[in-house]
Amino acid sequence: MTAIDASPGAPHGAPIRAKRVLPGFTLSLGTTLLYLTLIVLIPVIALILKGAEMGPERFWRIVTSARAVAAFQITLTAAVIATIFNALYGLLMAWVLVRYEFPGKRILDALMDVPFALPTAVAGLSLTALFSANGWFGAILHPAGIPVVYTIWGIALAMAFTSVPFVVRTVQPVLEDMDPALEQAAVTLGARPWTIFTRVVFPAILPAWLAGCTTAFARSLGEFGAIVFIAGNLPFRTEIAALLAFIRLEEFDYNGAAAIALVLLAFALVLLLVSNLLQFWASRYREASR
Amino acid sequence: MSAASPLPGQSRRGESILIGLAVGLTLLFIAAPLAFIFARAFSRGWEVYAANILHPMTLHAIWLTTITALIVVPLNVAFGIAAAWAVAKHRFPGRGILVTIIEIPFSISPIIAGICYLLLYGRQGLLGPWLQANDLQVMFALPGIVLVTMFVTAPFVAREVLPLMQAQGSEQEQAAVTLGANGWQIFTRVTLPNIKWALLYGAVLCTARAVGEFGGVSVVSGNIRGQTNTLPLHVELLFNDLNAVGAFAAASTLTLIAVVALVTKAALEGRKGT
Repeated sequence: MTAIDASPGAPHGAPIRAKRVLPGFTLSLGTTLLYLTLIVLIPVIALILKGAEMGPERFWRIVTSARAVAAFQITLTAAVIATIFNALYGLLMAWVLVRYEFPGKRILDALMDVPFALPTAVAGLSLTALFSANGWFGAILHPAGIPVVYTIWGIALAMAFTSVPFVVRTVQPVLEDMDPALEQAAVTLGARPWTIFTRVVFPAILPAWLAGCTTAFARSLGEFGAIVFIAGNLPFRTEIAALLAFIRLEEFDYNGAAAIALVLLAFALVLLLVSNLLQFWASRYREASR
Repeated sequence: MSAASPLPGQSRRGESILIGLAVGLTLLFIAAPLAFIFARAFSRGWEVYAANILHPMTLHAIWLTTITALIVVPLNVAFGIAAAWAVAKHRFPGRGILVTIIEIPFSISPIIAGICYLLLYGRQGLLGPWLQANDLQVMFALPGIVLVTMFVTAPFVAREVLPLMQAQGSEQEQAAVTLGANGWQIFTRVTLPNIKWALLYGAVLCTARAVGEFGGVSVVSGNIRGQTNTLPLHVELLFNDLNAVGAFAAASTLTLIAVVALVTKAALEGRKGT
């Protein structure tokens, strides 16, 4: 990564390339590339090299072992549950926060950021105690025969909590930007509120909503801190993929850890790509509907 | 809001139901876990709380977490400004790719980040033999904790400052150049006043994330009690020791930082663009 353009603030060619007039190009781009290379790229390359070193056969044997498959299944199932919850809850929150005025709205809006600001370990600790037999919620749910702690529902709960802001915060600005004339036209044409929502509003926010759901899902797949508290971490039952990778490390099985981490990394990068494409679609949609 | 226009959902009953549902769910799902932390931390009174916080192990964890944040946040601010300046004020091939790379740590699980660092700096890692030969300890020590926290927090300042710099364009800076200002003068007198609130907000978010980092740090720290135990790791340790009140007391300090971050955000809302 030494390919830093060597002709930045220098005067030659400056009049033509107006954007290059500002100084500090070499310094700022150099700093950026150095930081990203040392902190992000080289470590990620170390993981990929480890994968290449172990070879496809060994990699495949590790990631298709019964325990790893079970861990991936549990992680995916819980992440799907968490994402479905957030898809609905996030949509509701975005709608209510944009469309209605009521006392306490600003506090409600601020609460949406709690899951980002609160350390995941603290969230996990609190949710676990809250839903265990002597917690505020567990005291009601446990006698009713609904155990949450140490089940897949607990994992989904922790995932849902930590990824709340994604859907709300991607849908909110799009709803705010929507031209009220579209809906007013639908009203004039005699459409009922539900019809207007499904035929006019929802199509307009769909790309942003899907992008938010994708990032929420990606975040849920990688979540660790909140889950280790609440899951109970039983192999084949409540052991998530990230935890299995962690356990392999503690056993000094670096290949095992690297293989599982590579699968999670591939998932993360694919979902990042999907989310970027959806955002791109969303921004085109927004421009078109103005 | 356009209160006069008959938009859907304007029927009073539907509105009340939706607001009630939103408030109810949020109270149960988000406000309750937040309140519960303080309720449990103080469940045995102030004295027990103070004793838990002032326990040497807890104090050490607080100190280690503070040191980590003090190293990471300034570096991240510098990186964020550099990245935003390069991308927003200049055109060069590969800008889009650069922005995507900056966002990568945001979508990679911290656990994976920790594993990456272990595979690079650990004893069996790529640089392991060289580090050992030179008697340098990165893993299971402060440098490892700092490095992995830098990875996890990399996008935080850049993603707040970059969109703002892009939206503001560079006419003002161009004018300053014409008037003979040098790079440093342009940055401190023109650009910085324009981005200061976004920068502050990014730094606050970065601080909250840095002190709260758990997954990545738990891989690289080795959880050595009284040595490499950061505050979030200490919470887990107390929890596993079945010292719930102690765990909640330690957690309450982290929660306070989170609350400060949220209040800062609320206070800066609407100011960021100015």
